[in-house]
Amino acid sequence: MSGDSPFIIVLLAIVGGALRVSTPFMFVALGECLTEKSGRVNLGLEGTLVLGAMCAYAISFHSGSPWLGVLAAGCAGSLLGAIHGYVCKLPRVNDIAIGIAMMLFGTGLAFFFGKAYIQPSAPRLESFSLGAWTGNQQIETALQINPLLLVGVVVAIAMSWAFANTKWGLIVRMTGDSAPAARAMGVSVDMVRFLSTTAGGFLAGVGGAFLSLFYPGSWNQGLSSGQGLMAVALVIFARWDPIRCAFAALLFGATGAIGPALQSVGITQGYYFFNAAPYILTLLVMIASAGSKQAARNVPGELSITK
Amino acid sequence: MNVLTMPSPPAGDAVRAYSLKTIGVSKIFGPLTALDDVSISVEAGEFHALLGENGAGKSTLVKCIMGFYSADRGKVLLNGAEAKIANPRDARANGIGMVYQHFTLVPSLTGAENLVISRADAPSIFDWKKEKAGLEAFLNRMPFRVPLDVPVSALAAGEKQKLEILKLLYLDQRLLILDEPTSVLTPGEADEMLGLLRGMTQRKEVSVIMITHKFREVTAFADSVSVLRRGRKVGGGKVSELSVEDMARMMIGDTPIRDRAIRADRAPGDVVLDLSALYADDDEGLPALDQFNLKVHAGEIVGIAGVSGNGQSELVEVLSGQRPLKDGRIVVKDEIFEPNRKSYAKLKIFGLPEEPLKNATVPRMTVAENMAFRTFDQPPSAWLGWWLSVGPMRTKARALIKQYRVKTSSPESAIADLSGGNVQRAVLARELSGEVDLLIVANPCFGLDFASVAEIRAQIMEQRNRGAAVLLVSEDLDEILDLADRVAVMSAGTINYVSPVGSTNRAEIGKHMAGH
Repeated sequence: MSGDSPFIIVLLAIVGGALRVSTPFMFVALGECLTEKSGRVNLGLEGTLVLGAMCAYAISFHSGSPWLGVLAAGCAGSLLGAIHGYVCKLPRVNDIAIGIAMMLFGTGLAFFFGKAYIQPSAPRLESFSLGAWTGNQQIETALQINPLLLVGVVVAIAMSWAFANTKWGLIVRMTGDSAPAARAMGVSVDMVRFLSTTAGGFLAGVGGAFLSLFYPGSWNQGLSSGQGLMAVALVIFARWDPIRCAFAALLFGATGAIGPALQSVGITQGYYFFNAAPYILTLLVMIASAGSKQAARNVPGELSITK
Repeated sequence: MNVLTMPSPPAGDAVRAYSLKTIGVSKIFGPLTALDDVSISVEAGEFHALLGENGAGKSTLVKCIMGFYSADRGKVLLNGAEAKIANPRDARANGIGMVYQHFTLVPSLTGAENLVISRADAPSIFDWKKEKAGLEAFLNRMPFRVPLDVPVSALAAGEKQKLEILKLLYLDQRLLILDEPTSVLTPGEADEMLGLLRGMTQRKEVSVIMITHKFREVTAFADSVSVLRRGRKVGGGKVSELSVEDMARMMIGDTPIRDRAIRADRAPGDVVLDLSALYADDDEGLPALDQFNLKVHAGEIVGIAGVSGNGQSELVEVLSGQRPLKDGRIVVKDEIFEPNRKSYAKLKIFGLPEEPLKNATVPRMTVAENMAFRTFDQPPSAWLGWWLSVGPMRTKARALIKQYRVKTSSPESAIADLSGGNVQRAVLARELSGEVDLLIVANPCFGLDFASVAEIRAQIMEQRNRGAAVLLVSEDLDEILDLADRVAVMSAGTINYVSPVGSTNRAEIGKHMAGH
């Protein structure tokens, strides 16, 4: 096997990177997708992500069980989502402004309570390799899969199925597209949005758990580099489709791995430029979707950013 | 109750339709008595029209029936027994369904999804195979069908309206209330839909209450009618025993009506407005104007007819500088026209856009200020073009308020506090007070009472008689047939039919409105 060809190495590194770092994107994007489908924008998921990371790490440290940490992260995320959902249903409240406030609140809270957990080391989530059968060390390393990634993929498929085939899925879509229609049917719009935002917060919190319990795998204040915000752009890119959200997350993860991958084969020129690739991609996505007619047609009608 | 397992409609004799009576229903909103002791009676299988001007209380009455409002006095009898309806859900459970003026279908959901989710007993998890089979069986019993596999947003207005009605039938509603159901349809679509409903009432499958202000629909389709004016029932009975004149008199009462606008006999002059090959996009970036061509001469009114949403609003916005033109040329009196303040003043172009409170005024500024928008930067209201004097502005506003009979407590009240008709008059006063060469008018009488309608139409006619070129965009075909010298039909962003009003008819225009 010509595993030493630089091209293969870079490709493997990018695939590995995509599998490794895309998970938080995926969870936050799926959470945001659910929230936006119900007609509300939650920009606070960045804060949710960070608080989730902190809670996961702390609980994993105290209980010794990383999965308990994941659950705690989800609960912390739900709490932030619930606060957002509740405040937004008060009259004359702007969900975007509240989202920004919640983002600062979430990160602030995490830093405040997280001080004590910067030093100690907590048990982390175990990974397994899809490439073990090849016997090739490089492929094995590249195809390290974390269990949360699989959970994310399952959640994406389940959400996509639920939006089309369940009563609750249709009610969420209906609320997001036409609140008067939902009200005419006796659906409580505020309640649907409250629950969607809470569930979306849960997913984003779990995404945070990945950051502190798997990769990078420790808790510190610089843990998130804006993944929570980029995931919002990613939802637009994915045109509010959970399956496409999962693919978009993988794509963002892959672009993030370009820089380190090139460095590993000795190409250091433009290292910082390639490291910025996900951010550049975010910008391009925003510009492209602003002029896209298709995106305009898929956007939930009640979303305040499009009104 | 699961509609899918219901027996197919019984043949002939069995009556499925419900009867409804209101007895002395009254509704008071603060100082306003919106409904005063209104009693109407709809037999099972009857097509009942509820006629009245805007604000006469028609909507309030049906909202009391539907449970949106609770009546302060009076009761509703359904099939002879008193019905307790506290909210729209109760109404639905009682078999009363309503089609609103604005669509209540969810645009991004398909027709099938819309129907199934609206069912009270919608399952938690859908078995689409079974649901589709059920829907197919349901459609086969219906007099009309609509494609159910595409998102509702992709359906034409007429199809959406039919789907709204299908939804009520799918939910097994036996009494249908329709709130001006034909306002978004072509005359052909409207006739088809009302004809189908009439067939269903004749077979006693449903009863229908239809809110309308179109006499033609009443005489052609309804069995009986109730006329409301200022919250009271002022008349009604069998349609066959009433003439249009009778109904009109009941509707407007003793309000004196200005005579019908008199059309001076004059030959059209030179071309004033020449629109050639206009292209523009709508808000979503889809083509709204698609090679639009039209000429308007001095001393003529050209009426643009069409189903709403075929680019009429965008055309008016382009002409008033609210929307960029992608391609094409607007020539006014042999000059290329740029939509800016200077050209409007120089070429004497004035306009009355639809929804004037939104498009032609600043709602929170005063009536006087709003009336000065055309002249505030010219003497005597301004010195050197920037130093404004309030005195002359106010004087002028007073004169206009008097001349155009704008009802306002003072020139200093916010224009948003005026009623719709008075906002329209105030804007008209501002636009018509100078010399007008080109007048662009869009739905000028939408939602106005009879007296205001006659007055505003007369003003428009007067400008035409004076020699102004008038472009009239209207969703009301009767208005166009009444006012225009030539009618142009707009469909899918382009004009596909032009004819002098005298040598065409409703059916011909309707055919072109549908895009044929």
